[in-house]
Amino acid sequence: MTLDLTSTTSSRVAWAFLEARRVAGSPAMGMVLTLVIVADEDDCEYALSAATHAAREHPPRVLALISAPGSAEARLDASVSVGGTAGPGETAVLRLHGELARHPESVVAPLLLPDAPVVVWWPGAAPATPATDPVGVLGHRRITDAALEPDPIGALRERAMRFSPGDTDLAWTRLTPWRSMLAAALDSPPPADIVAASVGAEAGNPSAELLVHWLANRLKVPVNRTDTAGPGLTEARLTLANRTGDIALTRPDGVLAMLSVPGRPDRSVALKRRDTWELIAEELRRLDPDDTYANTLATLDSS
Amino acid sequence: MTEMADLVIGYQNPLRDPADRRLPRIAGPCGLVIFGVTGDLARRKLMPAVYDLANRGLLPPSFALVGFARRDWAEQDFAQVVHDAVKEHARTPFRDEVWKQLSEGFRFVPGEFDDDAAFDRLRQTVEELDQSRGTVGNHAFYLSVPPKFFPHVVAQLKQHGLATSKPGAWRRVVVEKPFGHDLASARELNRMVDAVFPPGSVFRIDHYLGKETVQNILALRFANEMYEPIWNRGYVDHVQITMAEDIGIGGRAGYYDGIGAARDVLQNHLLQLLALTAMEEPVSFHAHDLRLEKIKALSAVRLPADLATGTARGQYEAGWQGGEFVHGFLEEDGISPISTTETYAAVRLEVDTRRWAGVPFYLRTGKRLGRRVTEIAVVFHRAPHLPFTATATEELGQNALVMRIQPDEGVTVRFGSKVPGTAMEVRDVTMDFTYGKSFTESSPEAYERLLLDVLLGDPPLFPGHEEVELSWQIVDPITGFWASGGKPEQYPAGTWGPDSADEMLARDDRGWRRP
Repeated sequence: MTLDLTSTTSSRVAWAFLEARRVAGSPAMGMVLTLVIVADEDDCEYALSAATHAAREHPPRVLALISAPGSAEARLDASVSVGGTAGPGETAVLRLHGELARHPESVVAPLLLPDAPVVVWWPGAAPATPATDPVGVLGHRRITDAALEPDPIGALRERAMRFSPGDTDLAWTRLTPWRSMLAAALDSPPPADIVAASVGAEAGNPSAELLVHWLANRLKVPVNRTDTAGPGLTEARLTLANRTGDIALTRPDGVLAMLSVPGRPDRSVALKRRDTWELIAEELRRLDPDDTYANTLATLDSS
Repeated sequence: MTEMADLVIGYQNPLRDPADRRLPRIAGPCGLVIFGVTGDLARRKLMPAVYDLANRGLLPPSFALVGFARRDWAEQDFAQVVHDAVKEHARTPFRDEVWKQLSEGFRFVPGEFDDDAAFDRLRQTVEELDQSRGTVGNHAFYLSVPPKFFPHVVAQLKQHGLATSKPGAWRRVVVEKPFGHDLASARELNRMVDAVFPPGSVFRIDHYLGKETVQNILALRFANEMYEPIWNRGYVDHVQITMAEDIGIGGRAGYYDGIGAARDVLQNHLLQLLALTAMEEPVSFHAHDLRLEKIKALSAVRLPADLATGTARGQYEAGWQGGEFVHGFLEEDGISPISTTETYAAVRLEVDTRRWAGVPFYLRTGKRLGRRVTEIAVVFHRAPHLPFTATATEELGQNALVMRIQPDEGVTVRFGSKVPGTAMEVRDVTMDFTYGKSFTESSPEAYERLLLDVLLGDPPLFPGHEEVELSWQIVDPITGFWASGGKPEQYPAGTWGPDSADEMLARDDRGWRRP
């Protein structure tokens, strides 16, 4: 059910959550986290649908904050949904008008689930330093997406410079299938030492930048980057010593990749680019700081 | 991470880092050979699980799936069968690219289990896959066939050189329950399999142990501080472990007649749940340590002194269940009208340890019961003193912690709470934690987890042969006693079993929960 409240306050929104639960007849809550989405009107719908999908794995309370600073009067409008389209969790879309748009934390703080982790997600433009943002500071985990910034790689460098544990970026999440396939390819020793590596991707692709620095950090070999027509990442290549050949993972079409290892038959690998909800679900799976991401960013920052 | 990495001394995968927890466990290059690939289990569970694993990116690109069955199929016919099974039963969406990756590794070998030529073809197929797919000699054989064929298949695997691989590669064999039908046959089965495969290569699948909620018993007990202090005779009055099915025997008459509920369910699922509930904390979750504790718990199980009053058995009779009329067991197709096979079994066990002395464990399982449910209920003593008037607590029962295994997975706590109003009145309420329905749809199916563990060579969730033999030592005297005389009591379909089961608890001044 959905309750619409205009010119309201956080405590009335909290009451609406309780009321909706009570009417639904299930007063016990199985929610595991609060997901705060900071978006504008345009991004909100897509972000909410991704959150609802991801909620199947991690039932959250979703608070979508939409700022409408243009209007004169400071006012909070809310739309609270429990069950049905909200999925297993519950959702409040909170519209902040006028002066209130500058104080979103005052609306969010009273609505956080007691004692449960808080994840803040900016599905569009993110603040320069997520960890010190008034809403970001409430989060244990802060999700940004460099790919949506006007200058993705510049944004990534910015993030690296101002990194705090708990920051994460969907450009990094998108890499997981690539990283796991490359790691699996090296589970058995390669036929010769790896002496260099290269990553091919669309120009400006931030995930490729992270892959370059992850490989450099882990393999301690020079890694270069080449621009290709895309889509997204198209190849990762580990060059072996003594002209043995390359271990290569190539994906020209964004869907099906080919893994080749010298001395082994070439094999197809499904490496489809994932939907946003899948990325969010992966992010919500672990809420502790991601050390590997931190190390990769540190390598990027020092390059 | 994987065996391959362990085998080459000194090699460490530079891309793996224990701190990097996003990277999933992917099995190394390997193949899976399924015997009995036309069977129900293979179509409904195994093939979909293989696809789901591939879809989650957990199978190696070189993975190969070989079907072996008595069918005159070409490779593409087999691929079509897998395709249909996946479309119908897989839990994750069908994706063409995943299918392409998988289907390149499909092979089919037609033949009978006593057909030497067929096993020669199987060996050639496996060797061809090592070359063309890069499975590098690693293969698991899944015996999804009736137990009477186990000896044939295992002997053929040995005779045709399929049971051993070149150095550095592995061969594994997977057997499904039932692991024998009594202690002697279980020992015989173990002896036969162990003669061909080394002990670490034999995986006995009890799919219950792959369920998320069963693994959650371990998390609930050993990751929390608040339960362990009360997990003993000082606080626990008794434990009830229930696995109820609402279905009858369906088309399984041939298997079920002569086997019965005690051998089919109690010996494996219920005793495993008992072991997980009663065991001490393992020093680690490595297979060896976990098994050690389960073995200790099972070896401490004591049967009732009088099996006549400490056990109950029944057969469902015709009746109305959930709005439809169903036949009784003795009227089912393929069942003798004088069959004494039980469809309901209950037993009162004790666990002779300091922790559990005097705490009965009531186990029950049956077909055509009130509803489909599996749960473990830990029922606590009443509070030693109630500072209320007797009328205030008239409706207060005993506190209980219920671990719901299926279908509504979660945890329930039952406790007393004041009834709103001006009078002081305390009544039982329940507090439920639920793994949401959708949550469990996207969480891995038991067979996915178990298949992956076989390919990774990670055995904690598989019962070892000592556990199997100990379980038979518990069940054999019961089935022996039942066979010595009398016959199962009839209970109407859709009820909670025979009166003798209720009387068994009533003698202890207790009653079954309605789950």
